[in-house]
Amino acid sequence: MTPPVVDAQDVCFAYDGCFVLEDVHLQVRRGEFLAVMGPNGGGKTTLLKILLGLLVPQRGVVSVLDATPGKASRKVGYVPQQTNIHLQFPITAEDLVLLGRLPHRRRTHGFGPMDREAACQALHRVGMWPFRRRRIGQLSGGQRQRVFIARALANEPELLLLDEPTASVDREFQGALYDLLKTLNARMTIIVVSHDLTVLSSYATSVACVNRRLYYHDRAELTPAMLESTYHCPIELVTHGPVPHRVLKEHDLS
Amino acid sequence: MIPDILQFEFMRNALAACLLISISCGIMGTLVVVNRLVFLSGGIAHASYGGVGVAIFLGSSPYIGAGISAFLAAMIMGGVSLRAKHRSDSIIGVIWAVGMAVGIILVDLTPGYHVDLMSYLFGSILLVPRENLWMMAGLNVVVLVWVRLFYHDLLAMSYDEEHAQVMGVPVRGLYFTLLALTALAVVTTIQAVGLILVIALLTIPAVVAERFSGSLGAMMAWAVLLSSVFCVFGLLLAYHLNLTAGATIVMVAAGGFFLSRIIGHGRGLG
Repeated sequence: MTPPVVDAQDVCFAYDGCFVLEDVHLQVRRGEFLAVMGPNGGGKTTLLKILLGLLVPQRGVVSVLDATPGKASRKVGYVPQQTNIHLQFPITAEDLVLLGRLPHRRRTHGFGPMDREAACQALHRVGMWPFRRRRIGQLSGGQRQRVFIARALANEPELLLLDEPTASVDREFQGALYDLLKTLNARMTIIVVSHDLTVLSSYATSVACVNRRLYYHDRAELTPAMLESTYHCPIELVTHGPVPHRVLKEHDLS
Repeated sequence: MIPDILQFEFMRNALAACLLISISCGIMGTLVVVNRLVFLSGGIAHASYGGVGVAIFLGSSPYIGAGISAFLAAMIMGGVSLRAKHRSDSIIGVIWAVGMAVGIILVDLTPGYHVDLMSYLFGSILLVPRENLWMMAGLNVVVLVWVRLFYHDLLAMSYDEEHAQVMGVPVRGLYFTLLALTALAVVTTIQAVGLILVIALLTIPAVVAERFSGSLGAMMAWAVLLSSVFCVFGLLLAYHLNLTAGATIVMVAAGGFFLSRIIGHGRGLG
């Protein structure tokens, strides 16, 4: 059996003595498409940053791709939450995607033909090749998000982590984005943090609910128990028009 | 008109200083602008006056004092902005004011009249000694080599610090090096336009260049070019109109800034 891509044991994280994550256990197997859900402030992004090595937990052991978080940068792709700052920044889409190749480049040589080829393929993959010479601020929100995904793909990652990838893009693009992720899932493990429940219904293979504690389910289903313990109230799912959705069966609690 | 100016050694030195500070100011200014360190650079410039005061009080070189205190202020401000991001501007404001106050009091306590004082506030590009030109050239070499080696790391950090860290960029070391080199650039620029106006020369060329540059490297090159044009033109104007060189340079730069805004607005970039 192959070792898990992500293995977090007994993780606790606190900001200024206030626990955001407590006793978190998480194992993600190769090829999984894990949706991390939960209320705002529940610790989803904190968990992601721990997996990326940006935050170090006060307690617990975390390994990502058999290494300390942050040490496997050659095999990790990261799509941060879009904040729309830096729209004035003088950088083209292509140069931004090349930054995803940083772990592969040699300092004295800069980016080589292999890096440019990988960036080119990544741009084609997200359909942004025709826009490669545009400055980042001249692209729409959805186009920018595609460029950020291309930047993560340029690294040819084994593990792709995305933070709220649909937060600042329109409805049509959301579907296209999840379709793309589903195709990519054949080649890489995907962890997506989202409050968007549509990701669950047709794309994810497993789900984790985070609200200080983590509740994991190895199928793309939210159980009433998970909803109850994460959101502390019954929630209502609303969809409009032809958005695919399904009502999940009751769990056999016996 | 230029050739007859060049017969004076002080004018030749001043023009050389203009071109030399334009290189470090254009490059470091670009990084200062895209990393939103303008206020921090202002803090460094003013806090450096504390070091000038200490140096005058102890009877040593004011520029060495300014260099040391600018460096210390940069490191403290950098540490604070990493630890307490949301209050870093307040802390920078405190260091800014305290540095100035320390400088003024120590100059007060030093016996004798210090005619030099104004030259630190408003610059003394016409009095730049030859050895300072070598210092400026040395700083330029360091800056150019550093940017050449770390260009893509700097680009990644400036655009998205967290993503850069995930990609294995040594963000922390790079950030403090950026601050240290900014401090040195600030101290050498004070030579030309004084600490009060140093921010203008660090920011205006970079901000003008940002709008029409397709890459960070192009922005640096344009900022160096614009800075050189502003400085040389400002210096010649000051000479002919008998005005303070530092202030005239800044007014020329400001004119360039507003002109670029108007042109940019006309072309729909505004």
